[in-house]
Amino acid sequence: MNRQQVLDMYFMEARAKLIDIAAFLDRVDRAPGEADFRLAAFRQALKELDGGTPERAKNVLLSFSDPSVEPLEKASVKGAIGAFAGNVKD
Amino acid sequence: MVSRTTDDYQDMVTAGCEAVCEPAFWAGYDRKSADGFYDYFCQLTEHEPKRAAKFGLAHFCWLCINPKESEDMGLAKDVIDLIPKFIDKPGVLGIGEIGLNKNSRNELKVLEMHVEVAAKYDQLILVHTPHLEDKLKGTKLILDVLKSDKRIKPERVIIDHVEEHTIKLVKDTGMWAGMTLYPESKCTPARAIDMLEVYGTDRIWMNSACDWGISVPLAVPRTMLEMKKRGHTVDLIDKVAYQNPIQFMRQSPKFKLTA
Repeated sequence: MNRQQVLDMYFMEARAKLIDIAAFLDRVDRAPGEADFRLAAFRQALKELDGGTPERAKNVLLSFSDPSVEPLEKASVKGAIGAFAGNVKD
Repeated sequence: MVSRTTDDYQDMVTAGCEAVCEPAFWAGYDRKSADGFYDYFCQLTEHEPKRAAKFGLAHFCWLCINPKESEDMGLAKDVIDLIPKFIDKPGVLGIGEIGLNKNSRNELKVLEMHVEVAAKYDQLILVHTPHLEDKLKGTKLILDVLKSDKRIKPERVIIDHVEEHTIKLVKDTGMWAGMTLYPESKCTPARAIDMLEVYGTDRIWMNSACDWGISVPLAVPRTMLEMKKRGHTVDLIDKVAYQNPIQFMRQSPKFKLTA
């Protein structure tokens, strides 16, 4: 597919998802109370969208990933939450 | 598919699916004893193939204790000891889905125990990689375990649930990469096709998740339609959705399609 065809096929879907993200951030801002590290991780990942290379999806995933290499001593929970606190920059 | 209704079997056959390949996985809750797994393995190897056959669908499966239940080493050992009792059943293709969940030391030990069984009984291996923020680290740890065991041939291993940040790591090892299609997590059809376009179509397959959570058994047929819309040839779509899984699974002598 050429770029025009990609836009024809995916623009509306991507537009809708982008507005969903904007609405999500508005919703978080309107809500009372403190946010946990996930909001900062999300905002940090958004910056990857401005990257100049076609590896934005990979870079967003990396920004949410635990970069450590040592196994955990014990699994105290089963689930994942989508972001790694240690990656959030002040 | 132990967590799905017969409607899903009917829909899959209608969409052209010929076989189901069902890994042993987490039930959504922790089973309390090896007896629970014994029953589960009976269900996977005896009852579910009969249920699928009623709809003209071949059924194959994989056996293991899922990584989510691997923190309890005693339970894991008891369950792994059960596997040889079922390994010669006609539909059992290998050991899976083994792997990691939270990347803990006990999960790693249980992964190594499963790899030992696979090597001893010359079985194919299907690997689950962790979710979300744990996937990158877990994939690296899993690949290290598999690469360090010289009995394990990379072409007989599939690493499932790859995404854009892990697919190259997997493909560079010579192992197969699986892309699991989910409506919310893991991988959408559009992203799966992107990865095929970027990383090529060799040693890669797509699978529909058909579990107890939000998942779509027809995700692969729908992705095939999207590939067609994107201008991919019938031959290429056939390779990815049909020939590639056959190429991998027929490394097990038990994998046969009658159609």
